[in-house]
Amino acid sequence: MKVTLKVWRQKNANDKGHFESYEVNNANSHMSFLELMDVLNEQLEKEGKEPVHFDHDCREGICGSCAMYINGRPHGPQRGTTACQLHMRHFKDGETITVEPWRAKSFPVIKDLMTDRSAFDRIIQAGGFISVNTGSAPDANEIPVPKAIADEAFNAATCIGCGACVAACKNASAMLFTSAKISQLALLPQGQVERQKRAERMIAQMDTEGFGACTNTLACSAECPKEIDMANIARMNREFLTAKASSDAIEAS
Amino acid sequence: MVLDGKTPTGPLAEQWTQHKFGLKLVNPANKRKYDIIVVGTGLAGASAAASLAELGYNVKAFCFQDSARRAHSIAAQGGINAAKNYQNDGDSVFRLFYDTVKGGDYRSREANVHRLAQVSVNIIDQAVAQGVPFAREYGGLLDNRSFGGAQVSRTFYARGQTGQQLLLGAYSAMSRQVASGKIKMYPRTEMLDVVTVDGEAKGIIVRNLLTGEIESHSAHAVVLATGGYGNVFFLSTNAMGCNATAAWRAHKKGAYFANPCFTQIHPTCIPVSGDYQSKLTLMSESLRNDGRVWVPKTKEDAQAVREGKLKANDIAEENRDYYLERKYPSFGNLVPRDVASRNAKAVCDEGRGVAETGLAVYLDFRDAIQRDGQDTISARYGNLFEMYEKITGDDPYQVPMMIYPAVHYTMGGLWVDYNLMTTIPGLYSIGECNFSDHGANRLGASALMQGLADGYFVIPYTIGDYLANQSYEKVPTTHEAFKAAEAEVKDRLNKIIGINGTQTVDQIHKKLGRVIWDKCGMSRTAEGLKEAREEVKKIKDEFWNDVKVLGTAEELNQTLEKASRVADFIELGALMIEDALDRKESCGGHFREEYQTPEGEALRDDENFSYVAAWEYQGPDMPEKLNKEDLVFENVKLTQRSYK
Repeated sequence: MKVTLKVWRQKNANDKGHFESYEVNNANSHMSFLELMDVLNEQLEKEGKEPVHFDHDCREGICGSCAMYINGRPHGPQRGTTACQLHMRHFKDGETITVEPWRAKSFPVIKDLMTDRSAFDRIIQAGGFISVNTGSAPDANEIPVPKAIADEAFNAATCIGCGACVAACKNASAMLFTSAKISQLALLPQGQVERQKRAERMIAQMDTEGFGACTNTLACSAECPKEIDMANIARMNREFLTAKASSDAIEAS
Repeated sequence: MVLDGKTPTGPLAEQWTQHKFGLKLVNPANKRKYDIIVVGTGLAGASAAASLAELGYNVKAFCFQDSARRAHSIAAQGGINAAKNYQNDGDSVFRLFYDTVKGGDYRSREANVHRLAQVSVNIIDQAVAQGVPFAREYGGLLDNRSFGGAQVSRTFYARGQTGQQLLLGAYSAMSRQVASGKIKMYPRTEMLDVVTVDGEAKGIIVRNLLTGEIESHSAHAVVLATGGYGNVFFLSTNAMGCNATAAWRAHKKGAYFANPCFTQIHPTCIPVSGDYQSKLTLMSESLRNDGRVWVPKTKEDAQAVREGKLKANDIAEENRDYYLERKYPSFGNLVPRDVASRNAKAVCDEGRGVAETGLAVYLDFRDAIQRDGQDTISARYGNLFEMYEKITGDDPYQVPMMIYPAVHYTMGGLWVDYNLMTTIPGLYSIGECNFSDHGANRLGASALMQGLADGYFVIPYTIGDYLANQSYEKVPTTHEAFKAAEAEVKDRLNKIIGINGTQTVDQIHKKLGRVIWDKCGMSRTAEGLKEAREEVKKIKDEFWNDVKVLGTAEELNQTLEKASRVADFIELGALMIEDALDRKESCGGHFREEYQTPEGEALRDDENFSYVAAWEYQGPDMPEKLNKEDLVFENVKLTQRSYK
């Protein structure tokens, strides 16, 4: 199979960047999309041209490293699938495929398709944890959790932190990412003690990082490779309001 | 040199407690005067970094990924073992210990394995307290499942994403310490050397992957948690970036490398489909609970399948060979990984393999679906079936899955004593990076257990024993040892760039992988290994004379990163071959065709090979020196493993 790849090339954060087109003649329908990128890079290196830089690691759809728009959609056309798990059988022979890095102010481009997503780490550092030191935990079965609650917390916890939600949103909002963690920990009994502070701090950090607000277009959830539910955002808003309504008063007393 | 494993004496069950009492402590107020470097942020590294920071040490943590959360522990599917006996089915610390020693084919240290089994229960408590959403029963308590090589249900799991949930738990504990200033995090930073002063580890040299800058970091102790070396094979279930560079550079600075030939080939992976393939994907071992493994009885049928003239579903029951059920009636499809893998290879070697390549066997759910209904099977394995369909385009509810073994885990690694310290004082190795707990074969759901045991519950105690004797003064990074190591690292990278040959890094890496897979993979012979030794020498020459890496070392350069790792894989591959040649027996994942029972099972030689092979680097292009640590078994009886 033959395809034309129209790839965003940008030397560094200060470079303006531009598209370049490359023909790949030896594609194969069993290949993953990133394997197609490997073939392209092998071809470029042989021609003495600089390969396309992109983040990738596990290639099993779980590490969250790979991040690119494929034909204008985060991680490409297949629902619930990361770029590394997308296979060429979903493309037509002779097709031109456009590949770009995430476009969001809070994810500055480093080079080609690589962006800086460290803002996500800082949001988690602001409160995405339960403060429990190693060794101080009670027996695991002393904290029963209803199965339905555990399952719902698990669903929120499957977020891989790839940033597709931000990339999909016209406001570059990080609400789906942030809410998934707030939701997971707010649902569980272990997360109750720090529940209010967590919501306030993580949301404050999200704002500091420059992510936009949510206008309920639902694009984030539609494009999320792990199909994280929009209900998490509703839950986060509720957490935030509850925190605002009560936490200051408690802290002051 | 006789290796001192510092293994405690006394009754097995008391050893860890007694040993902990004997370890020196660092006063809480003095802990803040010590800096510790942790390299790698997978389960072992993240849990160690968080726990050490909680104790009050200053931690610097390094990973090559853009975030600590992306380390490859994230991809572990099945679960984590712990001797909780919540199921009331007869589990105990001793049984977990026993199963692990037996599963490892009696090539691990009793004391280490027993400690692992003991602290396993604390790991589950810790993870639950962090908010890790393990699977639960309707009563709200934790659920368990069974796994290969065990006859009790002791595996805790979070759907097919246990590694992800545990890693995110450890990452959150780390994030809390980053926020409090006790951990300084260095993502996109790769360790390229360890710095020793008077023989002790005093820091590391790293490369900032974004700028190419070479930097020195000084500390009072260094912990390597950099994972295994499965990517020597090029194709493995490891992530693309997984590498052995940190461990290998430490080895060249004096850390012994133990049992490098002990590599685990996982039986249920999606088969290779072409030359462009970049990695292999595991399908959880849990599938073997309901899937039946088979190939056509005759070569003729198999050939027709390969040519596309015959479909699996059209092969009549009497023309199928359920070879695991036939050969191992009591364990059937649930034999341990090494046995399942070897048998898959054997039937393919006979010409009965399926898929276009002939390198695949069927894993069939037809009977399970008929028995339990599609809904039940979907509830158990839905996400795995979906993943399979995404990759192959086949629907496993309709046609049997095709699977083939692939490199998955490496039991070998840096030699460590009971305190997890390498032969370089002050340099520790934890998780898959060390060799200590799995012997010649690791049981399912034990990798997560070991990584977290080392990080949460072992290193925080044992490292204090070393630090208590260290002065608060740190060696400055202006010290000549740092400067010399920096210069060496820079020279090496510039040398790679300067070659400007004709072959890409991947081309050479694939050649290496092919040789190691064919001759030091699922089965090995003296003759094959000797050929491989020569071939790897040639590949090394090709690399240093003909590799092509564009750009410079002073910038972001992903090809250079790969090249630097492949150069180390080549040297490590050569050592794997030497180790496999030395070990004239078969055990666990190491199967030497010359040493097998009449039924074709692995034949151990306990009298002559009941030792850890710890290799000592002697200098460039010099043969490595073999040091032996004898393994003594006082609590288990060595038997021929039988799963018939």
